[in-house]
Amino acid sequence: MIERTLDPKTAKLVDDMLQGNARALARLITIVEEDGEDAHLVLGQLGPTGRAHRIGITGPPGAGKSTLVNRLTSCARQNGLRVGVICADPSSPFTGGAVLGDRVRMTEHSMDEGVHIRSMSTRGSLGGLPTTVHGVIELMDASGKDVILVETVGVGQMELDVMASVDTVVVALVPEAGDDVQAMKAGLMEIADVFVVNKADRPGAESLLVGIRSMLDLVCHGDGWRIPVLATQAENNIGVEDLYQQIWEHRRFGLESGSFEERRAHQRHDEFTAALQKMVTHQFMQTVAADPQLAACVTRMNAGEISPYEAASEVFRTVSQKLR
Amino acid sequence: MAVGQKTIRVVIGKVGCDIHERGALILARAFRDAGMEVIYLGRYQTAEAVAKTAVDEDASVIALSDHTGSMRYIAKETVDALKKFGGSDIPVIAGGLIPKKDLPYLEKLGVTGNYGPGTPLETVVNHIREVTEIDWPKGEVPG
Repeated sequence: MIERTLDPKTAKLVDDMLQGNARALARLITIVEEDGEDAHLVLGQLGPTGRAHRIGITGPPGAGKSTLVNRLTSCARQNGLRVGVICADPSSPFTGGAVLGDRVRMTEHSMDEGVHIRSMSTRGSLGGLPTTVHGVIELMDASGKDVILVETVGVGQMELDVMASVDTVVVALVPEAGDDVQAMKAGLMEIADVFVVNKADRPGAESLLVGIRSMLDLVCHGDGWRIPVLATQAENNIGVEDLYQQIWEHRRFGLESGSFEERRAHQRHDEFTAALQKMVTHQFMQTVAADPQLAACVTRMNAGEISPYEAASEVFRTVSQKLR
Repeated sequence: MAVGQKTIRVVIGKVGCDIHERGALILARAFRDAGMEVIYLGRYQTAEAVAKTAVDEDASVIALSDHTGSMRYIAKETVDALKKFGGSDIPVIAGGLIPKKDLPYLEKLGVTGNYGPGTPLETVVNHIREVTEIDWPKGEVPG
């Protein structure tokens, strides 16, 4: 895995993608999504990335996330920015299949060469986004997008992967999402850089806005950013321009205060650890498979004769000696 | 899901003014249950939008649905648009209400399946598995 290099065909795809070719980008996303050996090789060849601003949109099912993403895409396009959109929907726990329906709300952008929309299924991940999303963001960034919008699956209180993947997290809620106590709970309510109460024409919008604002009055964001709470009606295109401006305001604030770079550094480190873990596990498992004594140890563990911890220690000791 | 596993990605769309969505929805569900990822576009699409979506989404196959008797035009436009966007290797299958006299034309165009009412879901699912496993050469069609 570590010694291999990219085959010429895939290397050509990387070149084409860096030139802005949509088909090449699409193919590479598939490779990264499949998360095989080539995925690492491709991601290792992108050169410097990080230019694009990465925006996450999360919230419960039916909050209007796709419609918000659609409107935000229009705002970015009006400012001449190139947009990448990643929209996630759940995969079936039984068959692995998925119906990816977020694009249905974004058809007005389907013919725009400046917009690349990619639907992804979570492929078994439980954090609201597929585990490979970081790589896909990197690809879109490398292909020259200025803004990347990442829409999570409809989440509950605890699917928070988005905060590890983007620069600005928008949490979208709808009226009747609960009372003040609900707003105080840990999890989803803690990760917002911008709050949106969408479908704000519905009854209960005002009390939810008040509930969130009074909750925010009790907390202090470490970096001093005052989290805005906005009312929108994405369907009617009301309040979205303001949301767009607040997202950029958050970026400006982060760049000045240093919290932007701090967050990016955390994310890079997490991604590095994840990549290293994958490589090490792969290397170890290959060594185990090639060594009859270690393979027998794993078989005994599977049968319950020794514990998983004993087996892991045994394998770790033997393989690290071998690698020395 | 296993690392390195290939997944069939199907773009389903209805092109033009055709409200009959039930069949497309049932197929979306059947493909999902067969472990495929379905990018559902729904009604009132243009052929170009379907083709560009398939390219952007790196679809393994496009499934067109139509109940107005216009499949020959829809399919031709889609195949042409795929060429324009550099996706002519993406296979196209079709179903719905397709006039019998159009079947030879569609086959010649390289558009396969062409299923009518009453087709078992399994037949369509298996057909997708077949066409996505091979390099699908699409014939040139005069006119």
